[in-house]
Amino acid sequence: MSNLLNVSNLTVEIPVGAGLLKPVRGISFDLKKGETLCIVGESGCGKSLTSLALMGLLPKIAQRNAERLEFAGQDLRGIAENKMADLRGASRSMIFQEPMTSLNPAYSIGDQLMEGMIRHNRSSRREAKDRAIFLLEKVGITAAASRLGQYPHQLSGGLRQRVMIAMSLMCGPDLIIADEPTTALDVTIQAKILGMMKDLQAEFGMAMILITHDLGVVARIADKIAVMYAGVFVETGSAEKVFTAPMHPYTKGLLSCIPVPGKTARGSRLGAISGVVPSLIGGVKGCGFGSRCPFAAPACEIEPALTPRGSDHACRCVHDDDKLQSLIWEAVQ
Amino acid sequence: MTSIDNNGRLAGPTPAQLMRRRAFSHFGFLIGGGVLALIILAAIFAPLLTSQDPYAQDLSQRILRPFFMDGGSWDHPLGTDHLGRDYLARLLYGARISLIIGLVTALISGVIGTAMGVCAGYFGGRVDTVVMFLITVRLSMPVVLVALAVVALFGGSLFVVVSVLGLLLWDRFAVVMRSSTMQIRGLDYVTSAQALGCSTPRIIMTEIMPNVLNNLIVIVTLEMAHAIILEAALSFLGLGVQPPLPSWGLMISEGKDMLFFESWLITVPGIALFVLIFAINLLGDGIRDVTAPENRN
Amino acid sequence: MFRFFLKRLGLAALVAMTVSLISFSLLFLAGDPAVALAGEGATEIDIEAIRTRYGFDRPIPMQYLSWLGNALSGDFGESYYFKTPVVHLITEKLPVTMSLGLSAITFAILLAIPLGVAAAVRPNSLIDRFALFISVIGQAMPSFWFGLIMIVVFAVNLGWVPVSGSDSWRHFILPTIVLGYYATPAIMRLTRAGMLEVLRADYIRTARAKGLRPGKVLFKHALRNAVIPVVGLAAVQLGFMLGGSVIIESIFALNGAGFLAFESISRNDFPVVQALILVFSLIYVLLTLLADLLNAWLDPRIRVA
Repeated sequence: MSNLLNVSNLTVEIPVGAGLLKPVRGISFDLKKGETLCIVGESGCGKSLTSLALMGLLPKIAQRNAERLEFAGQDLRGIAENKMADLRGASRSMIFQEPMTSLNPAYSIGDQLMEGMIRHNRSSRREAKDRAIFLLEKVGITAAASRLGQYPHQLSGGLRQRVMIAMSLMCGPDLIIADEPTTALDVTIQAKILGMMKDLQAEFGMAMILITHDLGVVARIADKIAVMYAGVFVETGSAEKVFTAPMHPYTKGLLSCIPVPGKTARGSRLGAISGVVPSLIGGVKGCGFGSRCPFAAPACEIEPALTPRGSDHACRCVHDDDKLQSLIWEAVQ
Repeated sequence: MTSIDNNGRLAGPTPAQLMRRRAFSHFGFLIGGGVLALIILAAIFAPLLTSQDPYAQDLSQRILRPFFMDGGSWDHPLGTDHLGRDYLARLLYGARISLIIGLVTALISGVIGTAMGVCAGYFGGRVDTVVMFLITVRLSMPVVLVALAVVALFGGSLFVVVSVLGLLLWDRFAVVMRSSTMQIRGLDYVTSAQALGCSTPRIIMTEIMPNVLNNLIVIVTLEMAHAIILEAALSFLGLGVQPPLPSWGLMISEGKDMLFFESWLITVPGIALFVLIFAINLLGDGIRDVTAPENRN
Repeated sequence: MFRFFLKRLGLAALVAMTVSLISFSLLFLAGDPAVALAGEGATEIDIEAIRTRYGFDRPIPMQYLSWLGNALSGDFGESYYFKTPVVHLITEKLPVTMSLGLSAITFAILLAIPLGVAAAVRPNSLIDRFALFISVIGQAMPSFWFGLIMIVVFAVNLGWVPVSGSDSWRHFILPTIVLGYYATPAIMRLTRAGMLEVLRADYIRTARAKGLRPGKVLFKHALRNAVIPVVGLAAVQLGFMLGGSVIIESIFALNGAGFLAFESISRNDFPVVQALILVFSLIYVLLTLLADLLNAWLDPRIRVA
C-alpha cells in the first residue's frame, strides 16, 4: 500500500535578530493510511513547528524546505496558498492544544462546525447540520442537536476539545494532526478523549500524527514513534520496539524518568535529564544531545546520521547497536 | 544589554540611559519637541523677529498680500489684515496667546483632575463613586455650549477663557490618573509603606505620584492641544478672546469675511494652529513611547 | 438585564439634572439676569418689570425647581427672542442636528474601520502609515478651519456643492465630512488595535487551519470580535459631535439645534440655552447607555450569560 504522506528532509528556518534560527533541521518520515505516528519531545524541540509546516500554517517570516513533501501523491512544496487552503480542513485537518481559546467566542459551535464543510464540500446547511450532529454524538456529546446553538463559553474545556475533534472530522479528512490535544485537560478526561480518538480513527480509517511530550499518551495510541530532539529525530521505530528496547540515550533517559507504580521507591526523587537544549541559531555543532549525554564520546563532535538498526527501528547515535543495548541510563537523582 | 560584569554587579545601561537613548532616536519626539521649542522661542522673542506692532492699524495699508503671492512685498512678509496690521507680527504675538492658554489651562485642569483622580483611585469606595459621577456629569456636558454660554455671561477675555476651560477640561486627567493610581495602589510597595505607618499624603506623594508622572505628562500635552483648539474655536465664534488681541482663532474669524478673495487670511493662522497642535501631539506620543513603550498600541 | 437598564436610566436622569443645575447656577453667578435681558440703556423700571415678569424675584432654588418641574412635563418655557415655546423650537431644529450627526458618524465609520483593518493586516506598511497619517492630521486640524478650507475648495473654487444653508441633502455633504473627520482618528485607532490583538488569537489560527478563505477569516472571525468596543466608541463619539455641531452648523449656516444654541447664547435667550444644555446632556447619557447595551449584545459571553 502506498504511503499517504511522504516527508523527506523537512527543514524550517526563521530569521531572528541574532541570526538564523533552525528549529527543524531535517525531518523524514512516511505515514500510511490509518497509521498513527507520535512525535515525542520536550518543549522547544521543534515538534509544533513541524506540524505547522506540514499544514502550511507557518508565519510568513519562516522558511520551509523539503526534498520531498507529498500528500496523497500531491507535491505540497511549491503549492499556491489558495490551493493549500483548499486542502486544509478538508483532506488534512489539525487539532490544537488550547481548547479554551481555540473557538471563536462570537459564534455558536454549530456555526463553526458547519462553515468548514460548507466551504470545502459546498454542502447545504441541512447536510452540514446533519453531519455536525452525527459527529457530535460520535465524540460523546449528548443532546447534540440542542448543543448546536450554544456558544463556546457555555462549554467546559473537555467539551470544547471534543467539539474541536468533531470539527476536524467534518470534511472526512485522510490525515489528522493533533498537537498536544489533551495536555490542557484533566487527567481523567485525557484517557477518555484519547480512547475516543483511537476509536474514531479506526472507524473512519484516518492517519494521525500526534504530537506530545507525554509518554503516557504515546503508549496508548501510537503505532510508530519518532523521538525528536533539537530539531531532528533521534530515534524512530514501531511503538513496541521503541518502548521495549529503546536505543538512543535520550529515549532511555525519558523512559527512565517515568515513575513506575510498584517499582519506584516512595519518597525517592523523580529522575531528570540534566542540562539544557542547545541553541538552534545557526545550526547545531555535533550531536545535539552531546552536552547532556552520559555516554558522550569524542566521536560525538560530528552529528551522526539517522541509521536503521534492525527492522522498524532507527537511531541517531555514534555508538553501535550492541553498545547502545547494554547502556543503562541511571536517572540523575 | 544589561549583564553581570566580573564583580557580579549589573553592567550595561541604566533605565535612565535607556530612556535617553530611546528619546534621541524617536522621530516624533524629536520633531514634535523641536517644532514646539521653535514656536516657544518665536513667541518669546517676537519683538526681535519683527519690528512691527501687532496692534498698530494703518488703514492705507489694508489687505496687502504676503511676499509669496503677487503684489506682496517683504515690508509685510505675511501681508496685512483688514485694519492694516502686520500679519506676521500678529502671528508671532498670537503664538504667545495660544501657548499661554494651553499651558495655564492644562495646569489648572491638571491640578483639579489629578487631585480628583488620585483620590478616587487611592481611596476607592464612596470617594470613587462620587468622582466617577462627577466625571460622568462633566462628560455629558456639551463643553463648547457651556464655554460659549459662560463667556457670553461673564464677558470675553483671556482670563475668562482660561478659567472656564481650566474648570472644564479636567476629565481626562481624572480618568487616567484614577486608573493609574488604582494600578499602583495594589502593588506591594504601597502596601508595605502603609504597613510601615506612613501617613496618607506622604504615601501619595512619594509612592504614587512619581509612578503616574509619565502618564500625567502625556495627558498634559494632550490637554494643552485640546485647550488651544477650543480657545481658537471660541474666539472664532466671537465668544473667546476679544479683539484687538491677536488670537489665531480671532484672526481666522476676521479673515473669513474675505474668504472668497483673500483666502490666505485664514490659511496662514490656520496652518500655524495646525503646526502647533501637530507638534504638541507628536511630542505627547513621543513622551509616551519613550517613558512607557509598552503602552503604545 | 432589565434592572441594569433601569438603573442606568435613573443614573442618566440624575446626571442630566446635575448638568442643568450647574448651567442654571452659572446664569445667576454671572449677575442679574434681568439686567442682562433688559440690555443697555434700560431703566430701573424696565428692569423691575422684567424681573417680575420672568419670576427672577423668587429665591433661586425655587426658580430652579419650578423650571425643573416644568421641564419634566415638557414645558421649557418660552424663548425670549422668538416668543414661542422652546419645545417647539427644539423639536423643529433637533432633527437637523441629529441627521447631521448620524451621517457624520456613518461617514467616520465607513472611512475608519476599513482603514483600521487594512492597517492591522499589514502593520508598518504603506497603508498603515497612511492610516496613521490621516488620524494624526484629523487630530491636529481645528474643525472650523477645516470647514472653511473645504468651503473655499469645494464650494467656491470647484462649485461642486452649495456654500451654505440647509435646504437639500447636498448641503449636508461638506458638514458631514468635516464633522465626521473629527471622529475618524479614534475609531481607526481602536479598530487597528483591536484587530492586531484579535488576529493573534488562537481561534483565528483554528479558522485558518480549517482552510477558510482569508477574507472570511478576516471579516467573519476577526472583525466581528474586534469591532465590539468600536461600536461603543462610535456611540460616544456621536455624543461628542453634538458639541461640535455648534461650530459646524454656524459655519455652514445649517438650521439645526447647534446653530440655535449659538444664536441663543449671543442673544441671552436663557430658556433656550438651558433647555438645549439639558437636551444635549441627556442625549449624550442615553448614547453611552446605548453603547453599553450594544457592547453587551454583540458579545455572546455577556448576552447569553
